[in-house]
Parts: sequence; C-alpha cells; structure tokens
Amino acid sequence: MELTIRMLRALSTLLLLAALAGCAAPTPWVKPYEREHFADPIMSFNRDPVSSSYLEHTLETREGAHGGTGAVGGGCGCN
Amino acid sequence: MQLGAAAHGARPQPERLLSPFARTLTALAVIVAPALGGVLPEDRADVLWHVYNGGDITVEGPEVLIRKKVGDSLSLSAGYYEDMISSASIDVKLSGSPYRETRRQENFGVDYLHGKTTYTAGYIHSREPDYIADTTFYSVSQDMFGDLTTLTLGYRRGWDQVYRDICALKHPVGTYCPDIINDPTFYERSDHRGYSLSLSQILSRNLIANFNYELLTDQGYLANPYREIRYLSPGGLGFTLAPQVYPNTRTSNAASVQLKYFLPWRAALTAQYRFFRDTWAIVANTFEVDYTQPWRNWIFDGGLRFYEQTHADFYSDLFPRADYQNFMARDRELAAFRSYLVGAGAAYQFHVPGAPWIDKSTVNVRADHLLVDYSDFRDALLAAEYGAGNEPLYKLNANILQVFVSVWY
Repeated sequence: MELTIRMLRALSTLLLLAALAGCAAPTPWVKPYEREHFADPIMSFNRDPVSSSYLEHTLETREGAHGGTGAVGGGCGCN
Repeated sequence: MQLGAAAHGARPQPERLLSPFARTLTALAVIVAPALGGVLPEDRADVLWHVYNGGDITVEGPEVLIRKKVGDSLSLSAGYYEDMISSASIDVKLSGSPYRETRRQENFGVDYLHGKTTYTAGYIHSREPDYIADTTFYSVSQDMFGDLTTLTLGYRRGWDQVYRDICALKHPVGTYCPDIINDPTFYERSDHRGYSLSLSQILSRNLIANFNYELLTDQGYLANPYREIRYLSPGGLGFTLAPQVYPNTRTSNAASVQLKYFLPWRAALTAQYRFFRDTWAIVANTFEVDYTQPWRNWIFDGGLRFYEQTHADFYSDLFPRADYQNFMARDRELAAFRSYLVGAGAAYQFHVPGAPWIDKSTVNVRADHLLVDYSDFRDALLAAEYGAGNEPLYKLNANILQVFVSVWY
C-alpha cells in the first residue's frame, strides 16, 4: 500500500513537473515551419472518421478484444 | 493539434485537498489548459453505404456524419447509422431460425475549444428490436510542449438493455421469422465504463506517434442470449445444447501504439500494434500496416491487418458433460483464432460546379476481405458426418465494401 502511494506521488511529481515545464515554453525540436507534412491530409491518423468507425465496429463485434484505439463505439448488432 | 503557435506561460492554481493522482490530473486538465490551445475538427459531411457479406450474414445500410463549427470555439457533430441485418449464420442454424432485423444508431457530439484545450462530449443511442444501448463519452485534450505533444484523457459510459426474441421458438426451424417477438420474461442490463489516456507526439519532421491506453469494465448480462454451449451426450448427433453461463463482470486493458511516417515522394506509411488482455484470460495482439499514395486527384490506400487471440478460460467448443463448470460459453468471439484483413481504397477529389460554398469534395470506395481462422471452434452443423468433436474447424470469409461521398465546406 505504502509502495503504491510512493509510486503515485513520484508519478504525480513527474507529470506535474512535465506539465509545468510545458508552460515554460520549451524549445520544440521540430520547429513550426518544419511541420508542413503534418498538415497534409494523408498524415492524419483518422482521415475518414465515417469509414474507420464503421470498419472498427465491424471487426470489434467479431473479436474478443476491444478498445485502446482512441475510438468510441456504441450498440451491438452482433448476433 | 495546432501547428505553428508557441506556448504561453500559465498561472498556477491553488492546490486542493486531493490525492496526488487527482492533483496531477487536475493540474494537467485545468492549470495548464487555459494557457494553451488546439484546433477544432474541419466542417465536413459524409454519406456512406456499407455492405458486409460473409458467413451467411449480410449487413448493409447507410451512415451519415455531419460536422459544423459554430463561431470560433464550438464544433457540433451529428450522425446516423443503420445496419440492415439478414442472418443465417452458423450459430443461428445450430440453435435458432434465420432472421432479419435493423439496428439504428444516432450520435451527437460537441467539441469546445478554449486556448489550447479541447473539451469533447457526446452521446450515442443504438436500438435493435432486442437490444438498446446508450453511451456517453467525455474527453479533454491538451496541446503542450510547443505543440509537439497532445495529451487526451477520456471517459465513456454505456448502459445496455438486452431482450430476447422468441420468434424462433414459435416458428418452423430453418425459415425466416416474420416478426421480432420479445420474451416478456427476459430482460437484462449491462453497464460499461472506459477510462482512456492518449498521447500524440511529433517525433521528427516526418514522423508522428500515437499512444493509447484504455481500461474497460463491463458489468451485468454480458452473454449473447441466442448462442448455446454444447456438451457430449449419447445418441443423436452426439451432443446436446444448453444455455451459456457468463461471468457478470469483465475488466480489460488495451494499449496501442501507432506510427505514421511521411515518405519523400509524398506518401504515408502507418504501422500499428495493439495489446489486449482481460480477466476472462483473453490475450490478443493486433498488427496493422497501411500505405497511402496520392496521385493527381486521387488518393490510394492499401492495408494489411493481422489479429490473434487466445480463448476465454470458460470457453469450450464441446464440454464433456452438462454443468461441467460454473461458467460456460461457446461464443466464437471468445474462441482462439487468427484473423487476416486485406483492404484497398481509392478517393477521387472533384469540384462541384455551382456550389462555391463547398471547398472540397471526394468520392471514395474501399473494399476489404476478412478471413477468420478458428483454432477451437468447430462446424457443429457437420456433426452427423464427422461425429461430435471431430468436425472441421470453422473458417469465416467475408467481404466488406464501403462507398462514400465527403464534402468540406
């Protein structure tokens, strides 16, 4: 129990420091003017949400695993 | 994630009497939030028609998704989805009658941008004649470290109501039930919760990574009321069918990493891995690779996905006897299997004449082939020919087609 509390304290401190470090405006190693490729639609992880959510639902109803991909589904349709 | 803007300083907030963990979450979600910022999703509308055909099941229907900004900091979305199901699957043939039904789903969402923080909330309502599901989801997303990093914390909750159609019991075996008739003595509920953490990180000028973790808990009636176990018994086909008995709780952990790389000739390569483990002893690994290649007005996609899982510890294709253990299931989603998905798609960008308010429009088609190769789920319909427990292992082959039009405005 004490170990868990210590781990939580350490994790909290690290995350808090990381968050506050973010407020201190760190120097980004990829400058804004070097990020033009990320503005290209082909670099989106979810370029067509309507298509990817359909495919994810179709596979999820046929597999034991679910979640962990950042998507939210609902319903069943799986008999 | 916003490109270009630099981070500003933040004003610390007074601490409350919270646990270290809660304090950290509060710090990430509240203290830093007002000083940073993000970008709302684009205004777009999609109309899709989907067809799934495999294992003697056909599922097809429309899907519509519309998203529109209201002012500079609010984006609203609404969607409609329909599954028209015609099923004569191996499970239905074994213990029921083929059926036709429709699942309809509506969803609404709102994204609110404040500084570099995006707050998202949404609601999904899904209904079939014998299954009603309501889901709400919330998340807060924060850009930080000079916009190289986006951290998202999410929570979702679902409430399901489960009914059981008894038309099959009153209808000749092997023929389609004309109507859904719910059993007045059967009504169950289940509750689902998910807690997620996602981190999107620009690693270089060509490489971006996504890390996702989700903890899911399910409670209540988690079985499929139509599927049955089978156990060895003398005479007849050599087995007898009996109701499934599932645990009432399930806790799952899923973690994934995605990498996307911009290739020098304007193409993108995506690699993804997901690890899944739950308290039913299912361990699953998912590997996926996708390639995207633009050419003139076209964008071509191709992808491969490999999935494998172990079976749940209370699953068996054929139990030795009735009441063999306290929990017993024969749902093939809980069996051990490997599945392979091969897909390709094409999008063509075109101009809509006479509609200057449309910035861009595409027509898209995508086709996938799914092969599921079961390791311990047998084709029980062949028991008379091979004997119970000696039937060939079942394989599912399915074709999935999507055709959709997208417009940005």
